[in-house]
Amino acid sequence: MSSVIKTPLPGTFYRRSSPDAAPYVEEGDSVKTGDVVGLIEIMKTFHEIRSDADGVVARFLVDNEELVDAGQDIIALELG
Amino acid sequence: MEKVLVANRGEIALRVVRVCNELDVRSVAVYSSADEDALHVEEAGESICIGPPRALDSYLNIDAIVQAALHSGADAVHPGYGFLAESAAFAHACREAGLTFVGPSADAIDAMGNKAAARQLAERADVPTIPGSDGVTSVAAAIELADRIGYPVLVKAAAGGGGRGIRSARDADELRAVFEQAAREAGAAFGDDSLYVEKLLDHARHVEVQVLGDSRGNIIHLFERECSLQRRRQKLIEESPSPALDAETRAAMAAAAARLARAVGYESAGTVEFLLDGSGAFYFIEMNTRIQVEHPVTEMVTGVDLIKEQLRIADGRTLSLRQDDVVVRGAAIEVRVNAEDPAQGFMPSPGEITAFVPPQGPGVRVDTAAYAGYRVPPYYDSLIAKLIVWAETRTEAVERIEGALAAFDVEGIATTIPFSLELLADDAVRAGTYDVAFVERRLAESGRIRI
Repeated sequence: MSSVIKTPLPGTFYRRSSPDAAPYVEEGDSVKTGDVVGLIEIMKTFHEIRSDADGVVARFLVDNEELVDAGQDIIALELG
Repeated sequence: MEKVLVANRGEIALRVVRVCNELDVRSVAVYSSADEDALHVEEAGESICIGPPRALDSYLNIDAIVQAALHSGADAVHPGYGFLAESAAFAHACREAGLTFVGPSADAIDAMGNKAAARQLAERADVPTIPGSDGVTSVAAAIELADRIGYPVLVKAAAGGGGRGIRSARDADELRAVFEQAAREAGAAFGDDSLYVEKLLDHARHVEVQVLGDSRGNIIHLFERECSLQRRRQKLIEESPSPALDAETRAAMAAAAARLARAVGYESAGTVEFLLDGSGAFYFIEMNTRIQVEHPVTEMVTGVDLIKEQLRIADGRTLSLRQDDVVVRGAAIEVRVNAEDPAQGFMPSPGEITAFVPPQGPGVRVDTAAYAGYRVPPYYDSLIAKLIVWAETRTEAVERIEGALAAFDVEGIATTIPFSLELLADDAVRAGTYDVAFVERRLAESGRIRI
C-alpha cells in the first residue's frame, strides 16, 4: 500500500530545518504519523509538514527549494 | 534625475512609481515572474523581469537589479522598504555603477546596521540608550549597577537568546537570589554562566521619530509615530501623535533623533526608534535607514510627501521645508491589512482576491497594490493594504478608521481586518494607554495564544 504526503500550504519546500542541518528524512527512512518531513516557507514564515501515516519514504516528489502549490504531493510513502 | 528604477514590489513600489509619474520623472518597475500582473508593473513607464519568484533570485538579486537599471538607462534606484533597502552592499553597488541610490550613504547604513556601533554613536550624540552593562560577572557589581540605574532590572545570560536565561528583579534581595539562579541555568543551558544586567522597561511603548536629511547637511524631524500595537514584533496599527507623549518629552525625543541623524551625516528619510517607559524616559533602540511602512501616518499629520522629499534629496536639492515649517495638525492612524487568518493563529492566506472594495470618504487613504482578481503570491510579505485616516482629533480618527475598516471588503482570502477591528474596540486602544505587550497579552487572555 502506498500513500502521499501533501503540503496544505503553497510556498517554497525545504528538506532541512536550516541550510546547515541534516535533512529531516531521506528516501528509505521510516516515519511515524506526526514526524516532521519538511518545511514550507510562505510569506516569510515557516511551517512544518508532518507525515499523516506510518511508513517508509519511497520517493521525494519535489526537490529541495522547489516552489509548490497548496495540495501538491510532496513525498510518496510505502505504508508499513 | 530623469529615470528612477523602483527596486521593490507591492504597495510601496506602486507608491514610488506614482510619485515619479506626478513629478514627470520616468519610472522603471522590476518584477519577479510571480508579479507579472502587479500594478506597479502596469503603472510604471517600463518594466523588466529580474528573475523567478523566490526573493533571493529576484528582489534580493543585486546584480540583476543593477543590470536592469543600467539596461533601462535609469539614473537612480529607489529601494522602498524591506528587501535591499538596508543593504549597504546594494547602496554601494548602485553607486559603483554610477546610479544614484535614493537613501543614505553605505557608511550610514553600515553604522546603524551594527547594533553595538549604533549604540555607541547614540551615546556620543547624547542620545539615551537602555541603561545596562555588558559583562557584569559578579553579584556585587550587578547590585551596584542596579542601584545606579534603578530597579526593576533584567538579568540576562550573555550567551543566551530567544528569551531564554532572562530573569527580572525588583530589589537587591531579589537580584541576589535570581542572579545565582540565572548563573546556574545559563551555565547548564549555554555552557557559559556570565550574566549582564539591563534596566527593565515596564509598560514600555515603541515610539519612533521620522527624520529627513539632505546632501547640504540640513536635518529636520517630522515628529513621532506611536507603534506599540505589535504582534511578534510586527507592527499592526500606528498613529501620530503618540497619545503617550507630553509636549516636553515630544520635543526632547525629536531633538535627540535629529542629533543622531546629524551625527551620522544622515541623508534621505530615516527613522529613529525609541522605547518610552512609564516615567516618560526614553531610550534609543535602533535607526531604520529607509522609508518605513507606516510613513503615511506622518504624511497625513504634516502634509509632507516623504517619498517626494526622498527623490528631491537624492537629486541633490535642499529639503523643501525647514524645521519651523513642520507643523502637526490633527491625528492620523494606520491599520495594516495582512493576508493572514487571525482565526487560525495568523496563518498566511495567499490566493485570489475575488472582491476588493477599499473604503472611501473624507480623510481616508488606502495604500495598496491589490485589486479584485489579484492573486496574492505566497512568496513575499503578507501586507496587502494600508488603511490610513486623518481627523481633527484622535477620538474622531479612531471612530473614522473603525468605520472605514468595517467597510473594507476583501473576499477570497482571509485578512487581519476582523482582528484589527477587535483591537480598535478595546478600551486601552480607545484611551491610547496600550504598551508593546498589549496585543500579545490580549491574545493570551482570549485563549488565542500564538501558534
